[in-house]
Amino acid sequence: MKARYEIDPRRLKRRYRAEKRFHAYGILAIALATAFITFFFYDVLSKGIPAFKTVQVQVEADYSQAVADGNYRKAVSRDMRHMASRGWMRTVPMQLRNNPEMIGTKETLWVPAEFRVNQYIKGNEGHGLKPKYQSIADDLYKQGIIRIAFNWHFFTRGDSKLPEIAGVGASLLGSIVVMLITMTLAVPIGVITAVYLEEFASDNWITRTIEVNINNLAAIPSILFGLLGLAIFINFFGVPRSSALAGGMTLALMTLPIIIISTRAALRSVPNSIREGAFGVGASGLQVVWHHVLPLALPGILTGSIIGLAQALGETAPLLIVGMMAFIPEAPTSIFQAATVLPAQIYTWSSDSIRAFGELTAAGVIVLLTIMLMLNGLAIWLRHRTSRTW
Amino acid sequence: MSIGDAFLWLAGGILPLAFIAFFFTRNRMQNREIAGLGVFSRPGYYGWLSVIYMASPAIGVAMLFSLVHALHWYDTPLPMLVTASLAAAALGLAASLRYINPDNNARLVVEKWARGLMIFAAAISVMTTIGILLSVLFESIRFFQSVPLWEFITGTRWEADTAFLAGAGRGGEGAAKPHFGAVPIFAGTFMITAIAMLVAIPVGLFSAIYLSEYARPKVRAAVKPMLEVLAGIPTVVYGFFAAITISPLIVKAAEAFGLQADYTNALAPGLVMGVMIIPFISSLSEDVIHAVPQTMRDGSLAMGVGKAETIRHVVLPAALPGIIAASLLAVSRAIGETMIVVMAAGLRPNLTANPLEGVTTVTVKIVESLTGDQQFDSLLTLSAFALGLILLFITLVLNVISALVVYRFKKQYALT
Repeated sequence: MKARYEIDPRRLKRRYRAEKRFHAYGILAIALATAFITFFFYDVLSKGIPAFKTVQVQVEADYSQAVADGNYRKAVSRDMRHMASRGWMRTVPMQLRNNPEMIGTKETLWVPAEFRVNQYIKGNEGHGLKPKYQSIADDLYKQGIIRIAFNWHFFTRGDSKLPEIAGVGASLLGSIVVMLITMTLAVPIGVITAVYLEEFASDNWITRTIEVNINNLAAIPSILFGLLGLAIFINFFGVPRSSALAGGMTLALMTLPIIIISTRAALRSVPNSIREGAFGVGASGLQVVWHHVLPLALPGILTGSIIGLAQALGETAPLLIVGMMAFIPEAPTSIFQAATVLPAQIYTWSSDSIRAFGELTAAGVIVLLTIMLMLNGLAIWLRHRTSRTW
Repeated sequence: MSIGDAFLWLAGGILPLAFIAFFFTRNRMQNREIAGLGVFSRPGYYGWLSVIYMASPAIGVAMLFSLVHALHWYDTPLPMLVTASLAAAALGLAASLRYINPDNNARLVVEKWARGLMIFAAAISVMTTIGILLSVLFESIRFFQSVPLWEFITGTRWEADTAFLAGAGRGGEGAAKPHFGAVPIFAGTFMITAIAMLVAIPVGLFSAIYLSEYARPKVRAAVKPMLEVLAGIPTVVYGFFAAITISPLIVKAAEAFGLQADYTNALAPGLVMGVMIIPFISSLSEDVIHAVPQTMRDGSLAMGVGKAETIRHVVLPAALPGIIAASLLAVSRAIGETMIVVMAAGLRPNLTANPLEGVTTVTVKIVESLTGDQQFDSLLTLSAFALGLILLFITLVLNVISALVVYRFKKQYALT
C-alpha cells in the first residue's frame, strides 16, 4: 500500500535540528547560571582574601609624659609617623592614663601600618601612598620592620574611620544579638500559629483569611517591614532608633511567615495514625499535639527555623530603615543601645570612598557568605539526618 | 528608670515567680497523688493553672498602664508600672495558693487559655499586615494633603531638595516649591525590573525545562542545590557585586562600543537582580511543569512528535498559567528588591529609555529619604511612605493575580 504522506527529509532534518537546539538552550541556561556563580565566587574571594592579611610595622613606642598629655604623635619616632596607624597612636594616651606606671618606659611592638602603606605593601592599585614614602616602606619591608600578618583584629574590632583598624567584630556581635531577639520572638509565635492553623482551627472564613494573609505576608517586600518598624515600633511605641530591639522585632515579623509555612509542612508530614492513637487512649487535643505531634515534627520545625534565621541574617533593607546603618563602632551592651549588623556594616563600607574599604567590604562579604553557607548546610544536614518515611 | 530597666525588672520579677508558682502547685498535687488522694487533672496542669493565676493579672496591669501611656491619658511613671505589675503578680500567686484545689478541672481551664494564646499568636500575623497597611496609609494621607495624588502619579519632576531643606529647618520663604512627580521613579523601577525579567525568565524557564524534562537524576541532584545557592546569597552581597564588579565592566564594555555609560547605569542592577531571581522562577516553573500529567506527554510522543516539540506544544501551554504566575511573583519581587538598587543604581530620578544611564527606583527613594537626618514629619520623609503605599499596592495586586492564576491552574488539573 502506498503511503499517503511522503516524509520530507529536509523537513525532518529541520525538526531534528530544532530538537537539538531546544535541548541546547536548556544546557545553556544551566551553564549561564553556573558561569555566574563561578565568576561571582572568584571575584568576591579574590577581592576579599587580601583583607584577611594585614600589614604591621615594628615601632619603638615611647611612652613619654607628652604622649600621656595627649600629643599622641610623639609615641613613635618621626620617620615612623607616616608608617604606623594613627588609629593605634590615638589609643596610646588613654592607655597611659589608665596605666600611669608605664609613663617613661619604652616598648618595641608590632602595630598596624597606616592604610596607604598597608595597600602599597600588598601591591593594590590606588594605594595613594606618596612616592617618597613608597621607598621608605620598601626599605622597611626588606629589613623586616614591616611584615604581613594574619588580620586577627578584623574579627575582634568594631568599625572605624581608618580602614587598617576597622573590623567586623562589633557588627558580628550585633548580628548575634539581633538574631537572638528575632528567634525568641518569631519561633514561638510562628510555631504556635502553625499548630493552631494545622491542628485546632476549624475551616471557616477567619482561618482562611489568616492563611491567605500569611501567604501574602511572605511575598511583601522586606523594605515595607522596615516602614512598619519605623512607624509602629519606633514612632508609636518609642523603641529607641537603631537599637537591636527595633531591628530584632522588625526582622521577627518578617521571618514569621517562613517559620509558619515550614512548621505547617512539618506538622502535615506527621501521619494521622499518631494523632488517632493518642486520641484513642484518651488524650486531649493539647496533649496529642504537645506529647506526640510536636516532638515528631521537631526536626522539620528546626530546619525551617534555621532557614528563616539565615534569611533574617542576610537581610539589610528593613534594618536600614530602622536606622541600623549609622556609624556604630561599639558592640551593643544592651538591646536598647544602637547596634549594627554584618550586612549593614558591609553596606556602610561599600559606600565609603577610601579604596581600602573595598577590600574590607569583600572580606565582610566572605564572612557573611561563610555563615550563611554553614547555616544552610546545617539545615540540609538536619533534614537529611532526620528524614523518615512513615 | 529607662524602659530597658523596667523591662528587666518585670522579666526578673515575673519569671522566678512563674517558676515558683508552677513547681509549688505541681508538687503539692503530685504529693497528694502519691499519697493516694484523688486529683482531678494531672499535676502539671495545676502547675500551669497557677502560672496563669500569677501571670495574667501582672501582664494585664502592665498592658493597661502601657495603653494609658500610649494614648497619652496619664504619664505613668515606670517604677509605678513595675511595682503595680509585680504586686498584681504577688496577689495572683497568693490567690493561686488559696483557690487552686484538687477538685478544679485544671486541664479544661489550661486548655482554654492555651487556645486563647494560639488565637493571639495567629492574630499577630494579621496584625502585621494591618500594621504595614496603616503605617504607610496614615503617613501617605498626610503627604497627599500637601501634594495632590494626581500630581504625584503623573508629575515628571521630582525635586525634593527644597523639602529636604525645610525638613532640616532651613526652608525660607524664598525657597522654591518642591516637586513630587513620581513618574521618573516609576519609570526607573520599571526599566530595572524589565532588564531583570529579560535575564531571569528565559534562563529560569529553560533551566526548569531542562531539569524536569531532560536532566538525568544525577545531574538534577547536582544542579538544583547550585541554583539554590543563588537564592541564598544575601541581597547586600548581590548589591556589592553589582556596584563594584558589574558596573565598571559595563562601563568598559560600553566604551569598547563607543558608548557612554554611567557608573550608576540601570543595566548592572538589572542583570544582577535577574540572576538573583533565576532560582525563584526555575523552582516555581519546575513545580508546574512537573504537575502537567504524564499522560499528555505520552499521548503527544505516541503521535510521533519529538520531545522538544512535545514540550513546546503540549507541556508548556498546559503549564503556562503556572509559569505566568511565577513570573508575576518574580516581578513583584524585583520591584520590591532594595539593596541591589540602593547600592548599584543611581539617586537622581531620570526619565530615560537608555539602560546605560543612571535611573532611580521606588525603593532607593524610600531608603534615601528615611536614612538622612530628617524631622519625621518633613515632606520628604512622608514621600517615602507614599512611595511605600504604591509599592505595597503593586505587590499586593501582583500577588493576588498570581494566586488566582495558580488556583485556576490547580483546579484545571484537579491538583487540590
